Amino acid sequence: MTVIANLGAAAPELFLAGAGIVLLMLGVFRKTDATAQVGWLAVAALVAAAGLVLTGSKGPVTLFNGLFITDGFAVFAKLATLGASALTLILSLSWLAQEQVKKFEYSVIVIFATLGMLMMISANNLMSLYLGLELQGLAAYVLAAFKRDNLKSTESGLKYFILGSVASGLLLYGMSLVYGFTGTTSFDKLAEVLSHHPSTGVMVGLVFMLSGMAFKVSAAPFHMWTPDVYEGAPTPVTAFFAIAPKVAAIALFIRLLAGPFSDLVGAWQQVVWLISILSMAIGAFGAINQTNIKRLLAYSSIGHMGYVLVGLTVASPEGVRGALVYLALYVFMNVGAFAVVLSMRQKGRAVEGISDLAGLSRTSPGLAAALTIFMFSMAGIPPLAGFFSKLYVFMAAVKAGMFGLAIIGVLTSVVSAFYYIRVIKIMYFDEPVDSFDRPATANTVILWGTSAVTLLFWLWPAALINSAQTAAQVLFPG
Amino acid sequence: MLTIGLSHYLSVSAILFVLGVIGIFMNRKNVVIILMSIELMLLSVNVNMVAFSTFLHDLVGQVFSLFILTVAAAEAAIGLAILVVFFRNRGSIAVEDINQMKG
Repeated sequence: MTVIANLGAAAPELFLAGAGIVLLMLGVFRKTDATAQVGWLAVAALVAAAGLVLTGSKGPVTLFNGLFITDGFAVFAKLATLGASALTLILSLSWLAQEQVKKFEYSVIVIFATLGMLMMISANNLMSLYLGLELQGLAAYVLAAFKRDNLKSTESGLKYFILGSVASGLLLYGMSLVYGFTGTTSFDKLAEVLSHHPSTGVMVGLVFMLSGMAFKVSAAPFHMWTPDVYEGAPTPVTAFFAIAPKVAAIALFIRLLAGPFSDLVGAWQQVVWLISILSMAIGAFGAINQTNIKRLLAYSSIGHMGYVLVGLTVASPEGVRGALVYLALYVFMNVGAFAVVLSMRQKGRAVEGISDLAGLSRTSPGLAAALTIFMFSMAGIPPLAGFFSKLYVFMAAVKAGMFGLAIIGVLTSVVSAFYYIRVIKIMYFDEPVDSFDRPATANTVILWGTSAVTLLFWLWPAALINSAQTAAQVLFPG
Repeated sequence: MLTIGLSHYLSVSAILFVLGVIGIFMNRKNVVIILMSIELMLLSVNVNMVAFSTFLHDLVGQVFSLFILTVAAAEAAIGLAILVVFFRNRGSIAVEDINQMKG
């Protein structure tokens, strides 16, 4: 009976699973093309799931025999994930219409991928962690290869599949060692066992798990799939990959390391420190020579993951708060940047070269101004949102005495400012090429919204900071 | 008389896992071999799980290995499907022909 009484805590997941199945049936049984209807219903389902997360239980509740947990941290991460999924799905719908891709399955797969992410965030056992991660991963492989008559798209799907499966293999091998040397897969019991006598086998398992997780968040040195997959996948899919799964995977990363493995902090801190520095450096230097805007954003996202991991390395409530603030603002900046990339269409054909942006300030000033805001924000120029996200993680690092990490972070962010500002220079000072087509209405609305948030975040930062603080505090009781 | 203990099972599974990783990264011929190597990695984890489960007298490891088997089947299905659409576009499944994007 208690299971049924507590089912409400998993209401968003149950609802999304049901919605996915119903929408699939709806799409199949409609005689005419149902892409648009199913798509907008899917957006509504994601928004409704976010509503269920907001109104549902926030106190720590576990259910399904402790496999699943809902707490303040999960609520924060789920809202960010659902928001990112819904916004990128809206962007995708205008793309599906423009490219005349008549496949309603797209939205259904996005729903299932989002369901996997929610399960990752709420995982309280290695088993539920693995199943959530795979649900998300399998859906993502299909999405990458969604344009199945396009060579680049299928190739990126194949690459993503192979490297993603290797990552799951590493993660799983680590899990098997952790299980074997502790005798449990439950996070609560793991924390209990590891506080007494961590054995070498657990350390080896932890390193394998860290490698697998670093793969999933595309942190260096496991980042090599990112630029290729992001370039080849259809642009709205790239937008989806760059935002929603990152939020969920980082949330999982934080829960895993700050929860069951919190007593091994001395062991994983060095590893995450290294991953973080490498990601920041590769994100900064790798992007310099790129000519494709999607590849540029891929390297930029590698760098951003490095900054988020700075917050995790610190292993304090301030650090996790910084990471969560960073993630939330990252969602807005990237949704906006990808809305601009999706508006890059000349004569009904999508273009993705950075040189195609030349003279954008004269042909479409609004688009150029919006992209300028996002690029400045990602570079961390005050008073834009990106500045605050970096400020909070570096502040936590300095407070914990990790000066090296903070200094390297600031230096790499100076290097990355170079390529962000180069995009702005091309838009404002180069001679115009062909002008872009009129962007879809939904894109314009999202562009306005996200640039307003990025531009005006400094007016009212307390709401986000406080909720991130509450969420981070959950993981550090006492 | 040699008795087969936990360490033997762990060694077998470690060898299988490493073979799987080598099969993926050293292989220059065919993508199907990569799919087989991925399967080998997942199965070596299963050997680990079942060996630990027996050793610890705890059923969780066996339940986990059943989940891994299920997911591995789904993964193989999706991988082969993506491979088929890739073959239709490229006309080849040689590893060296997966080269449209570089950088």
